[in-house]
Amino acid sequence: MGAAAFYDMDGTLVRTNLVHAFAYNARNQQGLWRSVKKTLSTFASVPLFLAADFYNRRLFNDIFFVRYRGESEDRLRYLADELFETTIKPSIYPGAYTLIAKSRELGLRQVLVTGALDITVEPLARHLKIDDYVTNRLEFVDGYATGRLLPPVMAAATKASWIRIYAEKEKLNLSDCYSYSDSMSDLPMLSVVGHPTAVNPDLRLRNTALQHDWPILDLR
Amino acid sequence: MRERQPKILRGPVPRRKEDDQVVYIDNDSAPRILFSGEDLLLEDLPIGTRVVYPKPPIEGLANPGAAIRYALNHPLDTAPLYAQLMPGMRVTIAVDDISLPLPPMATPDVRQTIIEILLELLDANGVDDVHIVVANSLHRKMTEAEMKRMVGAKIHEAFYPDRYYNHDAEDPDGIVHLGVTDKNEPVNINRRAVESDLVIYVNINLVPMDGGHKSVTVGLCDYDSLRPHHEPETIRASDSYMDPKRSALNTKVERMGALVDKHMNVFHIETALNNRMFAGPTAFLSKNEDEFTEFDRLKFEAMKWSLGKLPAAAKRTLFHAIPAQYQLIACYAGKTEPVHEKILVRCFEQYAVNVRGQADILICGVPYISPYNVNSILNPLLVQVMGLGYFHNMYRGKPVLKKGGVMILTHPCYDEFDHNHHPSYIEFFNRLLPETRDAMKLRHKYEEEFAHNPSYIEMYRRGNAYHGAHPFFMWYWGENGRQHIGKVIVAGAQNAHVPAMLGWERAESLTEAIAMARSFVGPSPEITLMHHPPIVMADME
Repeated sequence: MGAAAFYDMDGTLVRTNLVHAFAYNARNQQGLWRSVKKTLSTFASVPLFLAADFYNRRLFNDIFFVRYRGESEDRLRYLADELFETTIKPSIYPGAYTLIAKSRELGLRQVLVTGALDITVEPLARHLKIDDYVTNRLEFVDGYATGRLLPPVMAAATKASWIRIYAEKEKLNLSDCYSYSDSMSDLPMLSVVGHPTAVNPDLRLRNTALQHDWPILDLR
Repeated sequence: MRERQPKILRGPVPRRKEDDQVVYIDNDSAPRILFSGEDLLLEDLPIGTRVVYPKPPIEGLANPGAAIRYALNHPLDTAPLYAQLMPGMRVTIAVDDISLPLPPMATPDVRQTIIEILLELLDANGVDDVHIVVANSLHRKMTEAEMKRMVGAKIHEAFYPDRYYNHDAEDPDGIVHLGVTDKNEPVNINRRAVESDLVIYVNINLVPMDGGHKSVTVGLCDYDSLRPHHEPETIRASDSYMDPKRSALNTKVERMGALVDKHMNVFHIETALNNRMFAGPTAFLSKNEDEFTEFDRLKFEAMKWSLGKLPAAAKRTLFHAIPAQYQLIACYAGKTEPVHEKILVRCFEQYAVNVRGQADILICGVPYISPYNVNSILNPLLVQVMGLGYFHNMYRGKPVLKKGGVMILTHPCYDEFDHNHHPSYIEFFNRLLPETRDAMKLRHKYEEEFAHNPSYIEMYRRGNAYHGAHPFFMWYWGENGRQHIGKVIVAGAQNAHVPAMLGWERAESLTEAIAMARSFVGPSPEITLMHHPPIVMADME
């Protein structure tokens, strides 16, 4: 049986997160007034986002992705490559490259399991030569975002169950698999494999990793 | 009148003092002090117990700087260093890491003294392209503060981090394959060193296993180059690995070192230190307890009382903050082999004590420090390496303990690991040891998995973690002890599961441990206490 390395993206491999991507889109609205309005509103909502994320990743998703309502799919896709080149690529942690390279040398399949949006993740996955990825996807109707996510919503336990199903389908032995995340919300994803690693962890995940004797990695 | 027959003695053989450092316990002997991690025990030993003390420190050289300069100008089997230098040449100074000496010596570290002299000489000869590389092999990388302490602020400021850094055994671009020996052992060495016109190795010889070809061949190599000799068969075939002439480990390293010498120009500087580990207020720890003054006893009681009141972490910090007062007793430079030979003579002069006859029971107090936990915790695997590895191997001739005898260690055996320094040890201890303690099985089934674990590799490269394969080496290090010793009992272990995981037994106290050992080896055993630390080696007759 084979094995894989599952990576969370935001905060784990790259310094940026969902809000950075959204803020980039907000800054690049059609028209100056719309850009300013959306940027200010995003900036003002940061404390709310932080509080929601601290409480529960699902709650964060509920209040965060609704901000995409009305965005044109074409424009989001058009901005994705630019977003990657200007914002995401410079934010990739230096250690991410060597970690992935070593992991690939071991013959592990490289898989991104992230709550970020597919349009944001695609260029990064290409750049890091990721074999597979699963992301959140916005629902579009008539080419415009509804502000809802298509199921399954990648967060917390959903990531773990996706990994289980993926492993079964791809005939992977989960005991030989690795997973990497920076956030306590990814505890299920870390717990489901034989080799979990906390990467640049927040305080809660650091304490949990210490309690479980998991390796703690700093890729920054 | 019938001639009186000599009395037939039963039990321990009659004593004849084999060395001034050997003392036998009698009716009015004082209790002995033993280390037990960060604590000190005061134990009454059974009458007849042989206590082997370290030799008193050989007096340090009055002018270490002059001795170093003399060595550089009068090297063995090669031209003086100044004659080998040319403007524009590329020079790498490789230096032993923090695992030597133990504990770290009071500043200035002898490495600082040597490097200062070297840099002056290099500068005077127009050599500008100089890098200083810590030869940490698969040990953890030293922190910036540790590196600064080792060479002093001036050198640190001038060279760190671009020209003063740790060796990285996992840097894909940083290692060069020099070839294989006739026994098919690959020799892979640090690229900067290989591509230098001259490598100057600055060594400290704390134990006879150190130095010689091990300096470059091990200190600057990668995992593939360590595998041929850091393995159970080699350790089993070493009798002991502290006796280079009878060490299979040394034979392999020398073979690989010969290949290094073919490709690289190495100027070796080796030093020997005395064993002045304790000085000033703690000097009593090196003394024979029978010779304690009232003041010594008072100091001991005060220290024991204070340690008893402190939490383990505070005691650890306290001990690690006390530097050793080592002094330079010898410095030689030149070609690796003749230099090492000279230094070994001085090392044995300091450490070797004549001991006659093997013991049935060997008692060793395990201190708070080993080469692998400077500024960190002596975790269970390191307790194992201290007992079955270092203490068992501190002999020439034959082991202090008879085959199948009992080793008693005093240590709390706390189930604590340093997550930054020893992450792979944790998995080794909790996942592998419950399955097997068989070194061969561990090597073949799991070593490569740990060695190539991407998380451990990144923690080694970016953090201060020992390499993923290091806990295996620690287990192999205890292999000849494991094969030789009949039973290990840990006196004062604060839990049962750590000794059980290591395959050992636990006793509440040293008295209980000795009683348990007696029931294993017989009622009138020869008991020997090796009074470590400082380091003492038995020259067995």
